Amino acid sequence: MTKQNKNIADSPILNVRNIKKYFPIKGGVFKRTIGHLKAVDDISLSINKGETLGIVGESGSGKSTLGRVILKLIDATEGSILYKDTNITSMKRNQFRPYRRNMQMVFQDPFGSLNSKMSVAELVEEPLLVQTSLSKKERQEKAIEFIEKVGLRAEDRLKYPHEFSGGQRQRISIARALITNPEFIVCDEPVSALDISIQAQVLNLMKDLQEELGLTYLFIAHDLSVVKHISDRVAVMYLGKIVEIAPTSTLFKEPAHPYTQALLASIPTLNKKKTDEPTVKLKGDIPSPANPPSGCAFRTRCPFAHERCEKETPVLATQGVQHEVACHLLDGQDDVPIATKSDPTLKKISKA
Amino acid sequence: MIQQDVLQVDNLKTYFHLEEGRTAKAVDDISFKISPGETVALVGESGSGKSISALSIMQLINKPGRIEGGKITLNGEEITNYNAKQMTKIRGNDIAMIFQEPMTALNPVFTIGNQITEIIRKHKKMNKQEAHQHAVDLLKLVGLSRAEEMMKEYPHQLSGGMRQRVMIAMAISCDPKLLIADEPTTALDVTIQAQILDLMKEMKERFEMALLLITHDVGVVSQYADRVMVMYGGQIVEESTVDVLLESPKHPYTQGLLASLPMVDKDVARLGTIKGTVPPAYDFPAGCRFSTRCPHVMEQCLSHNPSLSDIESEHKVRCHLYPSEVEE
Repeated sequence: MTKQNKNIADSPILNVRNIKKYFPIKGGVFKRTIGHLKAVDDISLSINKGETLGIVGESGSGKSTLGRVILKLIDATEGSILYKDTNITSMKRNQFRPYRRNMQMVFQDPFGSLNSKMSVAELVEEPLLVQTSLSKKERQEKAIEFIEKVGLRAEDRLKYPHEFSGGQRQRISIARALITNPEFIVCDEPVSALDISIQAQVLNLMKDLQEELGLTYLFIAHDLSVVKHISDRVAVMYLGKIVEIAPTSTLFKEPAHPYTQALLASIPTLNKKKTDEPTVKLKGDIPSPANPPSGCAFRTRCPFAHERCEKETPVLATQGVQHEVACHLLDGQDDVPIATKSDPTLKKISKA
Repeated sequence: MIQQDVLQVDNLKTYFHLEEGRTAKAVDDISFKISPGETVALVGESGSGKSISALSIMQLINKPGRIEGGKITLNGEEITNYNAKQMTKIRGNDIAMIFQEPMTALNPVFTIGNQITEIIRKHKKMNKQEAHQHAVDLLKLVGLSRAEEMMKEYPHQLSGGMRQRVMIAMAISCDPKLLIADEPTTALDVTIQAQILDLMKEMKERFEMALLLITHDVGVVSQYADRVMVMYGGQIVEESTVDVLLESPKHPYTQGLLASLPMVDKDVARLGTIKGTVPPAYDFPAGCRFSTRCPHVMEQCLSHNPSLSDIESEHKVRCHLYPSEVEE
C-alpha cells in the first residue's frame, strides 16, 4: 500500500496552535457587533511533510475557514501558525510572498475561482509570472506540461474557462496550484464537483504528484470515502472544533466519538444491505455556529448526551496511538456507559 | 389482472438544436418501464442525459431542446401529445418531481404556506382553510414539527434539509403515483442525506408511489433502489436489478464506474479510472458511444452502436462483448 511506502518525515511542515477565527455579527441601527460566529474555535494540529491530513465535517463545521486561515487568505482572530518553525501568523503581504509560492490552494468552486476573461494558458501561467522570473517561453512550456499533467489537451490552452465542464475547470485550478511546485497544498473539496470517473482520475493524479514531488496536503472534504482514500490521518470537525483526530485506519475501524460513529453510519455503501439492522441516524440539523449549544456542541444531536455535556466543554484527550477524542463519555468520570458498548444500535459500527 | 406499469417510456428522443446546425442528442432512444411501488434508479455522470430524460417525461423541455420522438405512457394513457393545459394537470397530480437544489426550486418571495397551498388548491377541491390544514398535516408528516410556524416562513429561513422536506411535502400533496427525484440529496450533508432518503422511502411506501431516482451516487442506489439503469451518452447502457448490477456489472462503463469509487469499507491503494472524459452530446463518436474510452474496444465498436439486449433475464447490456442471440 502506498500509505506505508510514503515518505513521511517526522518534522511538522505546519504547526497550528490554538487557532481561532471569529466573525463579528453586526446588528442594530449602528451596525455594532452583537455577537460572534465562531467558525474556527481553538484548533491545534500539526501536519508532517509528505503527509495528507484529511478534514471532514458537514457544512458549517468551519473546515473551509480553517483552510483559509492556515493559508492566510483570512486573518486568524487568535492563535499562531508555524510554517517550518517560522511564525507566519502576523506576516505582512510582502513578507509572506515567498511562502505563498510554497503554500497553494485548490478551491471548491471551479466556476468562481477562475477569471473568465483569461485563457487557460494565461490562468495556468499567472502564478509563474508573479512568483518566478522565468522567460515567456519557459512559462509557456511549463504551462503546457501542467495542462497535460492534469488531463487536459495542450491545444485546450487557448480556450476560455466557459468552454469547459465543471470537472475540467477544476483540473485547470489544480494545474494552477501545482505550477509553482509548492510543498503544501490546501485542497478545499477539490473533487466534490467532479463526476465519479473523473474524481478517481484526479485523486490518483493527486496521489501520484504527492509521491513524485513530496507534497503535503490538507485535504478538506465532506465525502468520507474520498477522505479515507487519500488521507493518512483524519480530523473530524463539528461546529468549529475538532471532535476526533486519528490515523485513517483507526478512525474508520474504531470511531470513538458519537458524531464520527453517526457520520460513518450515514454513508450509503455498496455492501450495506437494505435489510440490515437500522443504523444510527442523527436527528435534527446542525445548530447555527452563531449560536452553538453550551458545553459540548454536539449534545443537541447526540444520543448519549447527559447533564455534564451541557455544562462542560469536552477537550481532546488521548484515546490511543495518535488518536484523540473530545467526548465526556470516554474519560471514565461519568456513570454513563460507553457508547459503543451500551447501545445495541451502535454495535454494528464498533464491530466493523 | 396484470398490474399496469405506472410509467412506460418507448424510444424517447430529446435533441437540442444548437447553433451552427449542430444537434446534441441529449437523450437518444431510451425505453424503460416502472411498475407500481418500484424504485428505479437512473445513474450516470453529468451530461449522460439522466436529468433531460426526467424533464422529457414531465414535458419540461425548453428551446432549443425538443422531444423528437418516442412514446410516454402514464398509467396506461399516452401523454406524449398532451398540450400544455393537459400537462399542467398531470404535473403535481400524477407525477411529482423533486429537484436537487431546494433553494432554487422554491420561490424566495412567497412563504412556505403560500407555495404548498397553491399546489393543493390547484389540484384539489379545497377551500383556503382546508388547504391550510392539509399543508400543515403534510409538513408534520415529513418531520417538520414546527409546521404551523413554518407556514409563515420564507425558504431562506430554513436549512437545506428542511427545504428538501418541504419539497417532499409539496410533491406528495396530491398523492402522485410517480415521484421523480433528481439528485434529491446531492446538495445535502451526509447525515441529512440519510434522513431525507429514509423519509422518501417511508413516503413512497405509505403513498404507494413508484420512484424514479436520478443520482450519480452508487451508494445511494445500492441502498434504496430495486432496479437500476446506467446511462451514458444519452443512452441506457446497462439495466438490471441492483444486486446483479453491483455484483456482476457487464458493461465496461459500469465496471469502470464501480472501480473508480472510493469506499469507506474497502481499502484500495489506487482507484480504477476510465480514461478520457465524457464526449459532448453534439459530438458522439460513430459506433458505440463509449468506444473512445473503452478498454475493450474492438473494430466493430467503431462503426456499429450495439443495441441494448438481454444477456440474461432482467439484465440488459449495450455492448458488442456480449453478442445477443438475435442479430440485427
